[in-house]
Amino acid sequence: MSKTLRKYFAFFALPTFIAFAISFLIPFVMGVYLSFTEFTTVTNTQWVGLANYVKAFTGSRDFLNALWFTVKFTVVSVITINLLSFALAMLLTRAMKGTNLFRTVFFMPNLIGGIVLGYIWQIIINGFLLRFGVDITFSAKYGFWGLVVLMNWQLVGYMMVIYIAGIQNISGELTEAAAIDGASGWQSLIHVTIPNVMPSITICTFLTLTNSFKLFDQNFALTGGAPAKETQMLALDIYNTFYGRVGFEGVGQAKATVFFIVVGVIAFTQLMLTRRKEVEN
Amino acid sequence: MAVKRRFANAAIFILLLILALLVLAPILVVLMNSFKGQFFISDAPFKLPTLTETADGPATFVGFKNYLSGIEKAGFLSAFGYSLFITVFSVGAIILFTAMTAWYIIRSKGKFSGALYYLFVFSMIVPFQMVMFPMSKVANMLHLDNPVGIIVIYLGFGAGLSVFMFSGFVKSIPLEIEEAAMIDGCNPIQTFFLVVFPILRPTAITVAILNAMWIWNDYLLPYLVIGNKYRTIPIAVQYLQGGYGSRDMGALMAVLVLSIIPIIIFYLICQKYIIKGVVAGAVKG
Repeated sequence: MSKTLRKYFAFFALPTFIAFAISFLIPFVMGVYLSFTEFTTVTNTQWVGLANYVKAFTGSRDFLNALWFTVKFTVVSVITINLLSFALAMLLTRAMKGTNLFRTVFFMPNLIGGIVLGYIWQIIINGFLLRFGVDITFSAKYGFWGLVVLMNWQLVGYMMVIYIAGIQNISGELTEAAAIDGASGWQSLIHVTIPNVMPSITICTFLTLTNSFKLFDQNFALTGGAPAKETQMLALDIYNTFYGRVGFEGVGQAKATVFFIVVGVIAFTQLMLTRRKEVEN
Repeated sequence: MAVKRRFANAAIFILLLILALLVLAPILVVLMNSFKGQFFISDAPFKLPTLTETADGPATFVGFKNYLSGIEKAGFLSAFGYSLFITVFSVGAIILFTAMTAWYIIRSKGKFSGALYYLFVFSMIVPFQMVMFPMSKVANMLHLDNPVGIIVIYLGFGAGLSVFMFSGFVKSIPLEIEEAAMIDGCNPIQTFFLVVFPILRPTAITVAILNAMWIWNDYLLPYLVIGNKYRTIPIAVQYLQGGYGSRDMGALMAVLVLSIIPIIIFYLICQKYIIKGVVAGAVKG
């Protein structure tokens, strides 16, 4: 069958492959090449070696600031989102009325797009800060915590749904056995529930990690990097380097390549961790 | 014990109710402000619109005025049309073509198929910023910078996750079914559309939901490719925001509400599929 099928490559795989080449493969290869050149459009390139990479880190403090801000934001949001969503999942897997309705409500913000979310939260946060006579662009602290709250609002329901699926997979016999053996609710959580939802914890940790690390829309709409680029995350810094002023496209591409490598390392780590877990099971 | 449990459940119920209200509050605040005059929003976003003059100032309720000006200023109706057109046809193209590709990759077993599979998987981890600049130039050169051409771009970007998910499912289909169809005289095209594609339905729903959520809300890609001429809803919202200071807060509130309504309707109708699809996508992706 596989031999007959191979004659049909043009029909089955070619359309996807052409689209994939146009939107991803060719631009990716071009992107790697362009990061070593100076250009304003992609046709007038001049080889400059590693100069763009040097400029990305030393030309201004923007990139390193954005990297630091992104790391701080990612750590805080990964922890808060996972704790909150796990707690909600525990509450919503109890036998009681109304859990489905709550699940529906908590999950909903996840469907709203980043740009719209950013502006909704700008109104809310500015409304609170109004009492102190300032707005969200007054201090990077406000922008940071605003972004954390927004991200929690958007992702807690999503992660909660994954944790609920994980908790419901634990056989009732296990928790019953623990209860009969006299385990308290707390002991049962630590020794039965958590070890058994480890796969969900891994998934949720990496989902929140990559979502937070690659965040663009919400950052762009909520503060746009204000004040003075202090709340600019990596993706936004790369965007501003490309389109902010002419002549820095090469530096933008070099920053993007560094960004890609960091994200790649995160993804690879996840892959290795999941593989190892699968072997253990 | 039973009494204690009932008491605990009541306490948890109240806690969840408060949390649910907190989750809904931001949307309700925007909804409330969309009925207030544009100059009464930034100053007192948490006050209800007033119908008559009060000690604080004049009446702030303006009816649907913001909606009319928002729809006009943002070009909301055409933005809605573009968003709907691009989302529906891109998702359709993604489902059809990536299901075909995934089946081909798994069943043809060639070295080239294997390499192709890893390329698709690889594309999933590459952040958009890495390719956005060259991609928008390529799209421009190939005249894909219009609402039809962007479907090709979305097919290419959606291919990674979608091929990956379909492939996972194809592997679990017993080969005998397809072989039987081939022996009965089906060629590969007939085998795929008459036998395999119907079996792929559950995965197709998941793939459709994940891609629809992404494309409908996507901002940067359409902005870079078609944003100058054609505004989708996220671009229209961003456009309305314009420069600080000159923006019409009333129109912005109204457009925010209008852009959330279709999502909520869609969610309430296909809630089960959406939650299932998102969980399946997360676990496999």
